[in-house]
Parts: sequence; structure tokens; C-alpha cells
Amino acid sequence: MAEFTLPRNSKVEKGEYFPTTSENKRVFKVYRWSPDDEKNPQMDTFEVDMDSCGPMVLDALIKIKNEVDPSLTFRRSCREGICGSCAMNIDGVNTLACIKPIDEVKGDIKINPLPHMPVVKDLVPDLTHVYAQLASIEPWMKTQSTPPSRERLQSPEEQHLIDEASACILCFCCSTACPSYWWNGDRFLGPAILLMAYRWIADSRDEATGERLDQLEDPFRLYRCHTIMNCTRTCPKGLNPAKAIAEIKKLMVARSA
Amino acid sequence: MSSLLKWHKGGLKSPLSRAHGLGSAKSGLDHWIMQRVTAVGNLILGLWLLWSMIAHAGMNYTEAVLWISEPLNAVCMILFVISSFYHAVLGAQVIVEDYIHNEGFKLFKLLGQRLVFFAMGVACIFSVLQVAL
Repeated sequence: MAEFTLPRNSKVEKGEYFPTTSENKRVFKVYRWSPDDEKNPQMDTFEVDMDSCGPMVLDALIKIKNEVDPSLTFRRSCREGICGSCAMNIDGVNTLACIKPIDEVKGDIKINPLPHMPVVKDLVPDLTHVYAQLASIEPWMKTQSTPPSRERLQSPEEQHLIDEASACILCFCCSTACPSYWWNGDRFLGPAILLMAYRWIADSRDEATGERLDQLEDPFRLYRCHTIMNCTRTCPKGLNPAKAIAEIKKLMVARSA
Repeated sequence: MSSLLKWHKGGLKSPLSRAHGLGSAKSGLDHWIMQRVTAVGNLILGLWLLWSMIAHAGMNYTEAVLWISEPLNAVCMILFVISSFYHAVLGAQVIVEDYIHNEGFKLFKLLGQRLVFFAMGVACIFSVLQVAL
């Protein structure tokens, strides 16, 4: 059956409390789990002095790591919403910590790792399977024609078809917000990978469209999508994976009717 | 069996081997199309049934039997039974595939519910025919 409750050793317990003396403070509740001890996960509470903290949630996490608890573990790199490393669940919504303003959250700021993924440590999810799923759709151009002696040309309209899908940064906020991916992520490709698949299906230069559709025509790989739309609602880049999936389903109909 | 289902965790399978699983089933489109076709059928026939029930509220037994005996009404009733049970089979299949991960129990559920829905549909059609003919 689908997992509706957490196993005993995954129940989240109350964690440590790190106060600040500042008047201008915000409270961050952060998921902590380490593979190095036998303890259950816990929610640590950090009070952060906002007079000496940047505006984004990632600024607060970096401040906590620098000044309070250097063992706090999370991924981050570009701090401007283009690398996708700091994807996490903030205030109940998957988003990028670096472009999520602290001011947008009312009350305590609860931070969890991306939902329903194995946790490596603290806020770092294990993305091995979703990366393997990305590799499985062969996200590169496949052609049979003799390569041209110059660039492969596209009209502006043809380029426009893949503009949005090309803007995906593979942060996996969408896939980990999708209930279908939670229950059947082992077989369902999830919105992020299907958006990438669509990017190559829609590419006017690619010559393997039929094979790509063949590979997706599966009750689990594609048709586990039940148009729940969490993917589109949560995408921190404002993309629309649900629409890309709908386009793939339309192409499936188009080639059979 | 379970170790042959390549999407399962465990063993020393490579991540890509798990992601590929058993490959594409190359099906699912017909299910998706028929789910929509029967949904449209249910909408039209359901509205017809609702309208008929409201329009003929307060019929006595004899009048109701006469109403069902009208060929158009009997045909629409049978179509509604087929469309709704077909839709139910497809929908229940999706629920089982979504939530039941024990392969044996899943097959048992899929087989059982198809037989039950089919039997119920035939019983409903027989009832309509018996009243109508």
C-alpha cells in the first residue's frame, strides 16, 4: 500500500533550541537528520537576528551554519535561482531557498527537505533515482540525417516551442510535490523528467520523436499523471510542467487517430 | 518475482537499470481515451437521467414501467449502465495501480473488481430489459 504514515524510525521529534537576544528576530524550524547516529529526525529551532541577516531564506540558513551550527547541511551554489541546488520545502511549499523572501512567510519558518525523497543528511535529498530517470529519457539530440556543415537551423517559432522547457533548472520541486510521484516514483517519471522529455519531443531538430513517444507510452511512466497540477503551482521558475505533460498526451492521441 | 521487477529497490542494480525498469509497456493510451469517452457519455446520459427523474417525479409503478418500456428510454438506460460501469472499471484500475504496491494483491484486486463490475453491469442491463420487454 502507499505509505500514509511514517515508519517508527522516521517520526520527527522535537529538537534543540537556539535563542538569540535580538529584538528583531524570526524563528526558523529546520529538519535535522544525520546518518551518523541512530536518532530519529528532529526539528531544531533557530532564532535568527534579522538586523544582520539577508532577505532570503538561504541567507538565514547560511547565517545559521556560519554562526550557530556548522553541522547544518544543505546544498546551495548560485544563490540566484538558476542552479536549483537549494530546492527544499519552505512553509509547506517546495521552492528555492535563495529566491524565497523570508518576509513572505508568516510566523515560524518551517524548512524541510524535498518531500518523499530519501534523505542523505538534514536538507539534502538523495536524487540518484531522479537523475537516473533523466538519463533514461536520453536528453540529448538524436538525428539520422547527415550532420550539416553549419548549425542546425530553427525558426523563431520552432525555438519558441522549447523555450519554456529549456528554462527548467532540474531542481525537482515539481516532481517531489506530485502525489503520483510520491506513491509511484519508482515507475512514474514525474513532471520534471516529463517536461525534459517534452523538450526533446518538441525540438524541431530532433529526429527521434516517435521513439521518444514509444518510450513514454506506458501506464506508469506517463499516464500516472492525473493532472493534479501541484507541479505547476510549486515551480519556482514559473514553468508549466502540467501543460507539457498534456501536450505529450495530445501527441499520443494525434499519432493514433 | 520481486527481484525481476527491476524498478524495485535492493540488490546491486544500477540506478539506470531501476529507472528503465522493464521498459515501456507501449499501452495506456486506450485506457486514457476510453476514460474520457465514457466520462463524456456519463455526463450526457447522467444529465438525461437526472432530467428524466425530475420531469417524471411522482410517477406510480405502472407509469414508471411504461416509461422504461419506451425504446429510447430503455436504450439510454442501457447506454448509461455500460458507460458508467466501463468508467468505473477504468477508474478503479487507476486507484489500485496508484495505491497498491503488492503485486499479488494488485492482480487479485484488478481481476476481482473487473469481474464484479462486469457482473453488476450485466445484471443492470438484464433488469432494464426485463422491465422494458
